[in-house]
Amino acid sequence: MSEPRTGAAAGLAAWVDAVKHDKRAAFGAGVLVFFVLVAVLGPLLVGDPTELVGVPMQPPSAAHWLGTTGQGQDVLAQLVVGTRMSLLIGFSVGLIVVFVGAIIGVTAGYFGGRIDAFLSLLFNVFLVIPGLPLAIVIAAYLPSGPLTLAFVLVIAGWAWNARVLRAQTLAHRNRDFVSAAVVAGESSWRIITSEILPNMTSLIVSQVIGGTVYAIGAQVGLEFLGLGDVSAVTWGTNLYWAQNDSALLTGAWWTFAPTGLAIALVGFGLTMLNSGFDEITNPRLRLERAWRAFLLRRGHVPGRSTPVVRDDTAAGPQTARDNA
Amino acid sequence: MRYLLKRLGFYLLAAWVAVTLNFFLPRLMPGDPATALFARFRGMLGPEALEALRETFGLTDAPLIVQYFTYLGHVLKGDLGISVAYFPAPVLEVIGTGLVWTLFLAGTALIVSFVIGTLLGVAAAWWRFGRIDTFVPPAAALIGAFPYFWLAMVALYVFGFKLGWFPLGHAYSDYVTPGFSFTFVADVVRHAVMPVGTVVIATLGGWLLTMRNTMVSVLGRDYVNLARAKGLSPRKVALRYAARNALLPSVTGFGMALGFVLGGSLLTEIVFSYPGQGYLLVQAVRSQDYPLMQGIFLVITLAVLAANFIVDLVSMWLDPRIRESVS
Repeated sequence: MSEPRTGAAAGLAAWVDAVKHDKRAAFGAGVLVFFVLVAVLGPLLVGDPTELVGVPMQPPSAAHWLGTTGQGQDVLAQLVVGTRMSLLIGFSVGLIVVFVGAIIGVTAGYFGGRIDAFLSLLFNVFLVIPGLPLAIVIAAYLPSGPLTLAFVLVIAGWAWNARVLRAQTLAHRNRDFVSAAVVAGESSWRIITSEILPNMTSLIVSQVIGGTVYAIGAQVGLEFLGLGDVSAVTWGTNLYWAQNDSALLTGAWWTFAPTGLAIALVGFGLTMLNSGFDEITNPRLRLERAWRAFLLRRGHVPGRSTPVVRDDTAAGPQTARDNA
Repeated sequence: MRYLLKRLGFYLLAAWVAVTLNFFLPRLMPGDPATALFARFRGMLGPEALEALRETFGLTDAPLIVQYFTYLGHVLKGDLGISVAYFPAPVLEVIGTGLVWTLFLAGTALIVSFVIGTLLGVAAAWWRFGRIDTFVPPAAALIGAFPYFWLAMVALYVFGFKLGWFPLGHAYSDYVTPGFSFTFVADVVRHAVMPVGTVVIATLGGWLLTMRNTMVSVLGRDYVNLARAKGLSPRKVALRYAARNALLPSVTGFGMALGFVLGGSLLTEIVFSYPGQGYLLVQAVRSQDYPLMQGIFLVITLAVLAANFIVDLVSMWLDPRIRESVS
C-alpha cells in the first residue's frame, strides 16, 4: 500500500487484460460500450421521441426504421432515448445496492456477535419477502419518477449483496493477514478498508454487474406495470404503452420486440462480462481450462473431475471410463 | 425440532415485518395520511366507504400505537379492508378469487423449471464439455436475460396470434363449466401452456447452472470415485451418489426463487390476461386501490413464507447434517 497509485493502475490493467483475453468478457464489454454510446450520443441523432410523426401502428419503413407506436411516435427514437434513463437507473442502482450491501454485510461479518446476529436477521428477512410485490407497494405510495424507482429497487435488492459480502468477510476475518493487522493494532476501519475490501474487489465488481442486471430487469417490470413515470421515455414505459395500445392483438410486433431485444442484449452482455471476469479472477476455473487444453494437446480425452494436480498416467484410466 | 421452531420463529418475524411495513406505508406519504388517502378517493367513494377505509387502516385520531394495534387486530382477523376498484367487496374476497390461479401458475412453472433445469444440470456436469454442457448454458443465459413478460408477449404473438396454436388469454374458455371434468382440466392445461412455458424457459438457466456447478465439484469427491471404482452403473453413480448430494444448494435456492418467480409470473399474467394476482395488481395500480395492493403484497408474502417453511422441511429430509445438528 506504499504506492497506491501504481497498485490501482496495475489492478486496472489486469481487468483490461482480462477483457482482451477472454472472448466472453470482450463480447460483454463491446455490448456495454455500444449501449453506453447510444445512451450518451443517440438522443442527439434521433428526433423527439414523443413527437407524433406519422400514422399510428405503421410497420417498419424507410422513413421510420422500426415503425411507429400506437400513438404515431417513432419507435427507433423511443428506443434510443429510452436507453439513457434505463441504463442510468440500472447502473446507479447496481452501484447503490452493492454499496449498501457492503456496509451491512462487511459490518456484520467483521464485528460478529450481536451486531452480526441483528444484521443477518435483517437481510434474511428482506431476502425472504418477495421483492417485486414489495417494490410495488412502496412505489405506489411515492410520487412516480426515476428517484422513486431507484429507491424501491434498492430497498428490494440490497439484501442479497449483504448476505454474500458477509460470508466473504467472515472467510477473510480469520485469515492470517487480518489477524496480523489486528495484532499490529490497526483500527477496524483501516483493516476493513485496506485489508479486507481490496481482497474482495473481484467479488464486488461482479456484484455491481449482477446488481445492474437486476436493476434493469426489475425497473422494466415496474414500469411495465405503470409504476414509473408513464410520460417519460424509457424501455419499460415503451413496453407499457405497447401493452396498453394492444400492440399484440393488432400484430404490431415492432412496438415491443426491439425494446425487449435491447434489454436482453444488455443483460446478456453484462452476464458474459461477469463470467469472463469470473474465470480470470478464479484461478481454479483458469487452471481447469489450461489443464484441459494440455490434455487435448497430448491427445487425451479430458476427464470428468475438477483439476487437481495429476500426472499423465492418471488421465489414462479416466479416459477409458469416459468412453464406456 | 428445535431447528424447525427456529425457522418458524424467523418466518413469523418476517411476516410481522411485512405487516408493520404495510401499516407504516400509508403514513409515509407526505402530509396527513388520512387526508391524503381520502383526497384521492373523494368523488369516487361515498362517505361510508371512506369510513371503512379509515377504520381498517386505523387512521383515527388515536395515538399511533393504538392505531397500530387496531391494524394488527384487523389483519389477524383476516380483515384487509375494502377494495376501492371492486367496491364494496372486501379485499380478502377479491384476492381469494385470483389466488388459486397465481399459485397454480407460479407453482407449476417453478416445479417444472426446477425439475428440467436440474436434470439438464446433472447431464451437463456428467457429460462435461459435451454437447449439453457447451450449448445449453449460454442459450439459457441468453433467454434468461429477457424480461419474463416480454417472452410472454413474443410467445403470445407467435403461437397465439400468428399460429393460433394456443388461446390468447384467460385461464379457461367461457364455454366450459369449471369442475373436475376432463374437458375443463384439458382446457385449463391448454390455457396454461404459454404462461407456464415462458416462465419455465426464462428461469431454466438458473437451476441448470446451480446444479451443474455443484455437481461438477461433487463429481471430484472421493466417494464418487469410490462408487465408480466399485463398478456401480454410471446411472447409479450419477443419480444416487452425485446428484443427490449436489441437490442441496438447489433446494435451498428453491425458497428464494419462489418469491422471484411469483413476481415474474405476476407480470406474465398481465400479458395473458390470466385471472390471478397480477391482473388484480394492475387494476389496483391503475385505480390507486391501496388496500387491494397492500392485501396482495401481504398474501403473496405469506404464501412465500409458507413455501419456504416447506422447503426447510424438505432440506432437513435431504440433508442428514441438519437433522444431526438438531438432535
